[in-house]
Formats: sequence, structure tokens, C-alpha cells
Amino acid sequence: MRPEFVISRIGRRALIAVALLFSVLCTVVSANADVYDFSSEELRSRFETLTFELRCPKCQNQNIADSNSVIASDLRDEVQRLLEDGYSDEGIFNYMTDRYGEFVLYEPAVNERTAVLWFGPLAAALGGLLGLYFWLRSRSASPVERDGTAKGTLSDESRASRLARLKAEADSLEVTRDR
Amino acid sequence: MTRRLLLFIPLLAFGLLFYLFDAELDTNPGELQMAREGQPIPDFKLESLTREGVLLTNADLPKPPYLLNVWATWCPACVQEHPFLVQLSEQGVPIVGLNYRDERPKALDWLARLNNPYVEILYDSKGKLGLDLGVYGAPETYLIDANGVLVYRHVGAVNADVWENSLKPKLVATGWKP
Repeated sequence: MRPEFVISRIGRRALIAVALLFSVLCTVVSANADVYDFSSEELRSRFETLTFELRCPKCQNQNIADSNSVIASDLRDEVQRLLEDGYSDEGIFNYMTDRYGEFVLYEPAVNERTAVLWFGPLAAALGGLLGLYFWLRSRSASPVERDGTAKGTLSDESRASRLARLKAEADSLEVTRDR
Repeated sequence: MTRRLLLFIPLLAFGLLFYLFDAELDTNPGELQMAREGQPIPDFKLESLTREGVLLTNADLPKPPYLLNVWATWCPACVQEHPFLVQLSEQGVPIVGLNYRDERPKALDWLARLNNPYVEILYDSKGKLGLDLGVYGAPETYLIDANGVLVYRHVGAVNADVWENSLKPKLVATGWKP
């Protein structure tokens, strides 16, 4: 949505307020990583990514970065410990799924079981678009005009008389309207 | 004719979705699968809650089968289920307690007031064994079969209904004699 459009609808000050609010909210989210001591900035940044990608087992609509629950806090501690112990990202995900199952990953693994989840919506959308395409094609391929005349069959002469006829119809409609 | 048949595709898709959603109706969507199902209790080294300073490991657990009940004084539903657990223990059901993310004085005081149904209680103040088990809240009750393997988990309070319909049949199936 273009800024000019938004400004004309809600006003410049409202737009600035929303932008500021949004940026404040974003800083709150990264505050968790600042609470911990990391031996390197790389670990800190991996911590931020990982805690975004792990689901809180209790508050399941949140990741463990955002959730305030005890288990989320314990899992954040654990992620920090695992990072400092030298676990890879994959190792940390395996550690968590060993204990809490696949559901704890925000992005489910891509395998036969989850194929429907990953590709289903795209397949459905493509199917819909294909269907739309064929339907539109079949409509324009229809062999008749609205008034029953076959398309593309008129000579210039009959085109002129058809035009006159249609105009007369239109005029008669207007006359009825004026009454 | 085939064009007409194609029009039935949305209806079929709807029917399929209807079936899939209906199958989900009786499940509890908030409940996680037990990732440790089929595995023994993870290795631990924790103090006994009641015997301060005494370290317990897997070898100190009672002879299976038994129930492992995760509880804490900060958990209201644990207060609710506790009298029923006391009842079960009086009937001879073996229950091991896991005192989860709690404080020893509070926990001992709680047990003194509400009675102690546990054969032994592991003091997991940091929640380490809890995390290894996949505990995500209290109360939870695990069933350990005769081979020492985790076979089932009930999330939430245990009451007569849960006992009769889930835990008791499964416990009996492991060879436990009521």
C-alpha cells in the first residue's frame, strides 16, 4: 500500500505513531537475547534465530522468544547452554524434538507426512487458476453474440443493418424510460 | 458431460475436508504427543525431596510398573487431583512423585497438609528431568511399564474418570495386579 494513500486515509501523524509503535514492539522482542551472556556475537545471533523458530509447548501460538511461561524460559536457558556447548542448529532442533516432538518446531520438517501441509495450498491455488483459465477460454470461444447472431459471420452490409436495428432498440428503451 | 462432472470437484474437496476436520474433533489440539514414548526414563541425578542430601538415580526408582506424577505447590490443579492420588496409594497403586520447579520447604509443608501418596519423590527444582521427559506443565502423570519403559502420559489432573478409563486399564495391561 503506497504511503500517500495511507496518509490520505489516516493522516500523517497517525502514520508516524504507528511506525514508532511498530519499531518499539520490535525492540521488545530482541530483549531476551540481551539478558544472556554469550561468548560470541555469533552465538547471540543464533540464539535469536533459534528461539524464534522453536514453539512454546505450553503457549503454542508463541515461540519461546516471546512467551513468558516457565517452560519457555527454561527452554531459552537450555538453548543458550546448548549453544555454548557447541551444538549445531540441527543438533539443537533434534534435542528439542527428542523431548517435545515435531510440534515444537515452528517450521515442520518437509517429509512425506507433511507434504500435504507444505504443498497443498499451492497445489490448490494452481488448480484454481488453471480452472479459471480454462473457463475464461471457453467463454470467449463461444460462437454467438448476445443477440444470437453468429460471431464473425456478418458482411459490412448486414453489420450496418444490425447496427441500425440495435440503435432502434436502444432508442425505444430510452423512450420508455422518459415516461 | 465431463465439464459437468468437473463441477463436482469443489463438493468432493469439501467432503474430504469435512471428513478430515471431523476426525480432529475428539482430539485435544493443545496436547503434545509424548516424544519419549517407548523409551526408558532419561538418566537423572536428583535429591530426594523428603531425605535432604540423599542423591537418587534411575537405579533408585522402585520396581516397575508404576505411575510418575509431576506436581508442584504453585499448581492449583495439583491440589485438586491430590486427594484422589492419596486414595489410589491407599489402594496399593505405586506412585513416584516428581516435584517440579518447586521449593523444598513449601513442598514438604504442602505434603504435610495434604498427605503423601508417593513411594519416593524426586526433587527437580531446576526442572532438568522434567525437560528431558518433555514435561510442559503440571500436573502430568506418566505410566512406566514392567520393563521400565514410558508407555503413556496423561496431561492434566487425574480423577476417577481418567483412572477408570485410561490409567487403570493401561496399568493392568502392564501386569500390575490391583
